[in-house]
Amino acid sequence: MERLSFKDRVKAKYADKHFTNERQRVLRQGKSLLMALFRTALILGLSYVILGPLIGIVANSFFSNADKYSPIVYLIPQNPTLERYELAIIRMDYWNVMRNMLFYVVGLTVIQLMVCSMVGYGFARHNFPLKKILFACVVIMIVIPSHTVMLPLYTTFMDFNPFGLVGLFNGGESVNLLGGGSNAIAGGTLPVIIMSLLGTGLRAGLYIYIFNQFFRGLPKEIEEAASIDGAGSLYTYFFIMMPNAMPSIITVTIFSIVWQYNDTFFSNLFLISPDILISKQITSLQANIQNLDQVFDPAISSLYLYAGIVLVIIPIILLYILLQKQFIEGVERSGIVG
Amino acid sequence: MKTRSKLTLEHKKSIKGLLFISPFILGFVIFYLRSLIMTIQFSLSETIMTPGEAGHELKWVGLENFRFAFTEHGSFNQQLTSSLLDMSVDVLLIIFFSLFMAILLNQKFRGRTLARAIFFLPVILNSEAIFVATTMARAMMMGGMSPVSADVVQAAGTSGPNMMYYIYMFNELGLPIDLIDYVVEAVMRINVIITASGVQMIIFIAALQSISPALYEVAKIEGATPYETFWKVTFPMVSPLIITNVVYTVVDSFIKSPVVRLSYDTIFQQHNFSLGSVFSLVSMLAVCLLLFVSCALISKRTYYHN
Repeated sequence: MERLSFKDRVKAKYADKHFTNERQRVLRQGKSLLMALFRTALILGLSYVILGPLIGIVANSFFSNADKYSPIVYLIPQNPTLERYELAIIRMDYWNVMRNMLFYVVGLTVIQLMVCSMVGYGFARHNFPLKKILFACVVIMIVIPSHTVMLPLYTTFMDFNPFGLVGLFNGGESVNLLGGGSNAIAGGTLPVIIMSLLGTGLRAGLYIYIFNQFFRGLPKEIEEAASIDGAGSLYTYFFIMMPNAMPSIITVTIFSIVWQYNDTFFSNLFLISPDILISKQITSLQANIQNLDQVFDPAISSLYLYAGIVLVIIPIILLYILLQKQFIEGVERSGIVG
Repeated sequence: MKTRSKLTLEHKKSIKGLLFISPFILGFVIFYLRSLIMTIQFSLSETIMTPGEAGHELKWVGLENFRFAFTEHGSFNQQLTSSLLDMSVDVLLIIFFSLFMAILLNQKFRGRTLARAIFFLPVILNSEAIFVATTMARAMMMGGMSPVSADVVQAAGTSGPNMMYYIYMFNELGLPIDLIDYVVEAVMRINVIITASGVQMIIFIAALQSISPALYEVAKIEGATPYETFWKVTFPMVSPLIITNVVYTVVDSFIKSPVVRLSYDTIFQQHNFSLGSVFSLVSMLAVCLLLFVSCALISKRTYYHN
């Protein structure tokens, strides 16, 4: 038997090793390639499920009558028209209602931000008797939605007279704060505003919870330094804690604006006027166009509805595009996770 | 001369704290506590509508309304059970789906920010008003024929894959029919599930990002496979947020459930205040029970880092 030289033996020994390394490398690359393919396919498919209806609505809103019935038109219209938008804007009284709506939503968001951050700060940084029970009330507010107490809320605001305070100024009479009638006060928005001012607005429990978690995570030294430098409680809260709470503020702002904008529960319960809510306009838009403009073909009148839907979601999409980077990157630091 | 206050710093601070949360205490007492008590009052008495100042009078009848709701009312029992069943089914699917998607969206790839933005889009666009308007438009177009059945007719055409073939195949393989039903149901409702899991996904992504990379390094050095890393590192670290997400999901689907709809209609369309309050109260208790049970089950398996 011929003896191999040392060099050859080494070669023989490591050739195999080299081969396995190579194989492993290829396998690993193949695996990650497959994974990437799988991931891309899944995300693309699911994104289509989400975006599909939206694309259809946007495309349809530009269709002319001929496009709607043309069998060769799919998504891209041959004779695009802006007529749908023009009529939808007129019938929804778009500019006026949208202006009112933005005032209403932004105002409520500012109130929610102020009140909820204040309450959250109070819970996070102060010790007082019954603190645990009071915080349990916040959790109760998250778990029990106001939908279960809608009837008492309705009657409370119909005869609004908390502790007989209103009666003092009104000769013992209570006030009807609900909307609906022609003499409604502020279009029926007062109930929501009052509830938000008292920290029980739409999903306020969640916001209080988020702020509480965030403030608890901030170092105590900041406040101690402020207090040694002679800052009062309100000053500390407003000028020192709030600027540090930017991630929470952005998270709560987006949630609050979006939920308030899309809310139908409070607006139906308190009969808020359609002059303020764009959501009430969109529900009746198609019927209005059928009756006032004599467009009886449901296929055509639904095109106006699609234009209306695009008009309604544009402001909220714009806001989301503006804030989404800070929002999605900021949620991790916002206190939701704790 | 300045008078010295007798309060210690501690006392002062606790008073300030109470002042900070005072709006909330006031609001909670006026709008929640009082409302809950009033709901119980309504549910235990008969409401008699009277023309004039108060609008209605209450007459104590005890548990009569509850008896009526459970034994005589036409649809309450069925609505309640179907709502609760739907909720428990949805919660499982939504939690799994959102955790899965969060892990996927947390990996590094091009267009990640865009993908995250798209997956959160349903939360932004989840407007009931638009949903109602489009449903009405579709109903008008179909002349009353349900739009869903129209979709089914289309899907059963020659083009797409034949679902029934696969269902029969899996059935032949001996898989239990309930399991197949569940999976098929889940796939058919993928739209609903995606729409309902935006916030949960965001919460899970946030949780995944807060896991220290050192843990993954250690796992890698110790030679853990990706499978082991998931079950030994990722899952325990995000498990505290599963409870948060379960609570959020249940409450969110409760708001939209038919039983809430039923009590709204009973109160504001039939003006039967007592019966509507009973519906609210019972469904609320049922949901609280569901939450309590699921939280108790989950918290046994939850790992708390601190």
